[in-house]
Amino acid sequence: MRGPSLSSERARTAWLFLTPMLIVLLLVAVWPLGRTLYFSLTNATLVDMEHYSLVGLSNYLTYDNGRWYGVLSDPQWFAALRNTLVFAVISVTLETVLGVLIALLLNAHFPGRGLMRAAMLVPWAIPTVVSAKMWGWMLNDQFGVINDALMRTGLIAEPVAWLADPSLSLLSVILVDVWKTTPFVALLVLAALQMVPKDCYEAAEVDGIHPVRVFFRVTLPLIAPALAVAIIFRLLDAMRMFDLVYVMTGATDATITLSVFAQQELIGFQDVGYGSAASTLVFFIIALLTALYVMATRLDLGGRQR
Amino acid sequence: MRGLLKNAGLFLACLVLAVFLLFPLYYAVITSLKSGSELFQVSYWPREFDLTSYARLWTEQNFGRNILNSIVVATSVVLLSLALALTAAFALARVRFAGRGLLLYAILGISMFPQIAVLSGLFELIRVLGLYNNLASLVLSYMIFTLPFTVWVLTTFMRDLPVELEEAALMDGISPLVILFRVFLPLMAPAMAATGLLAFIAAWNEFLFALTFTLVNEQRTVPVAIALITGASEHELPWGSIMAASVVVTLPLIALVLVFQRRMVAGLTAGAVKG
Repeated sequence: MRGPSLSSERARTAWLFLTPMLIVLLLVAVWPLGRTLYFSLTNATLVDMEHYSLVGLSNYLTYDNGRWYGVLSDPQWFAALRNTLVFAVISVTLETVLGVLIALLLNAHFPGRGLMRAAMLVPWAIPTVVSAKMWGWMLNDQFGVINDALMRTGLIAEPVAWLADPSLSLLSVILVDVWKTTPFVALLVLAALQMVPKDCYEAAEVDGIHPVRVFFRVTLPLIAPALAVAIIFRLLDAMRMFDLVYVMTGATDATITLSVFAQQELIGFQDVGYGSAASTLVFFIIALLTALYVMATRLDLGGRQR
Repeated sequence: MRGLLKNAGLFLACLVLAVFLLFPLYYAVITSLKSGSELFQVSYWPREFDLTSYARLWTEQNFGRNILNSIVVATSVVLLSLALALTAAFALARVRFAGRGLLLYAILGISMFPQIAVLSGLFELIRVLGLYNNLASLVLSYMIFTLPFTVWVLTTFMRDLPVELEEAALMDGISPLVILFRVFLPLMAPAMAATGLLAFIAAWNEFLFALTFTLVNEQRTVPVAIALITGASEHELPWGSIMAASVVVTLPLIALVLVFQRRMVAGLTAGAVKG
């Protein structure tokens, strides 16, 4: 029914409708990203962002007078890279496993299920900074309730410095992240579980197949697409993690993440060039990991497009 | 007998889970109601009902101002991103045009930007615009994470509405803007409430930009204020005040989340499972 002129007019209207949103995104996302990339090639400082000179790739890596300089030769940056990867892998693995288990639990019918689901939303709704402070207080080495409880039950003999001991602090941060974001994974998995047709289970039950086998053979393949999306969301968040570490432990070598490192250089040390180089590396590392993940899982992010 | 055991197991699992989920908040509440040396005595049950820590938030920290800042920023972010996203989603969901798929992917890509990657560029932009240490800098910069998300979710919702909706109106030559506001807006209200709430929470909780783009306590939002509460020295953190502030900013949020529970979960899953 529609003539070509009508549909091309519609397309024009569509672009008109899109323009305000696109302008804002160009202004706050694309332009600043380009500027960060550009700054990473300069020696700009925070005090004077207008006067600087181009220094090539020397913020990344350069060899001068028998020594290497740049982010890629900075031992603290490698500590940050290691911490970030350890944090991302362990926390996302724990969150996925626990999230699926909790979703299975909440998918069963029992009185009080609604209350449990409401309780799940509590850690998710608490601001990250607040959870960092709450847990920081609970994990306090002298007055913390966790040390008190563990000593009362005889599990430890002496107070443990959860946040100050370099061998424990990253684990403590992971614990808080798991507490805060497992509910998110569980809710997404629960939504997927509720779309699994009931007769799948009934058929399996009639055949007397063990529930664990049913889970791996029937349930898991059906919820796998939703799980893949939940995992990528969590991985992206974990790789750029900033506030939890900044508030709980600060920029110590044992817990510093890529984002905390970049922010410290950029704002703390006011070195815009070096900090931008570190920021740019975060961007490319995350972009690379996302591309690998999407290829590996054949994730169909645009699957619902008509 | 087996059924009974299974129920007991289920109950126990739920109990452990509930304690794990809720204990930190509970412990923050009982800590915030203590004062003086009692603060440093671990107790598992409420022992005092002392509001000193809460009072000090207002007398010493000017915390009311921080809350007001957070409300202003989060509300502006929600209104601005919903307005921009609604018109954009209409175009993306209801009109076929060249480059639509690519645009959706680009928007999704932006939602994956790490905030740190735009920090120095944004800092420069905000200085040039004269918005440093101004709440407007936060409203503007928060668009980077609320806008892609709201556009994406509203687009998925709007795509599911029947085609017949606007066809008759289009035949009658009614302008798209009128169609959007008369026909679609009422139908989109639940979806907008859900995404608006999620955007509100994201803006309320944001930390890195708020830490970087504000300088004085009068301009700080709640997360930054809480992170920077300090005592006489680094080793004398006023835990009572910190916990009181934590409770003050968390309880309204939890109330909001529980009231709109179903809608929010629908919004979350629409953004992730379907998208």
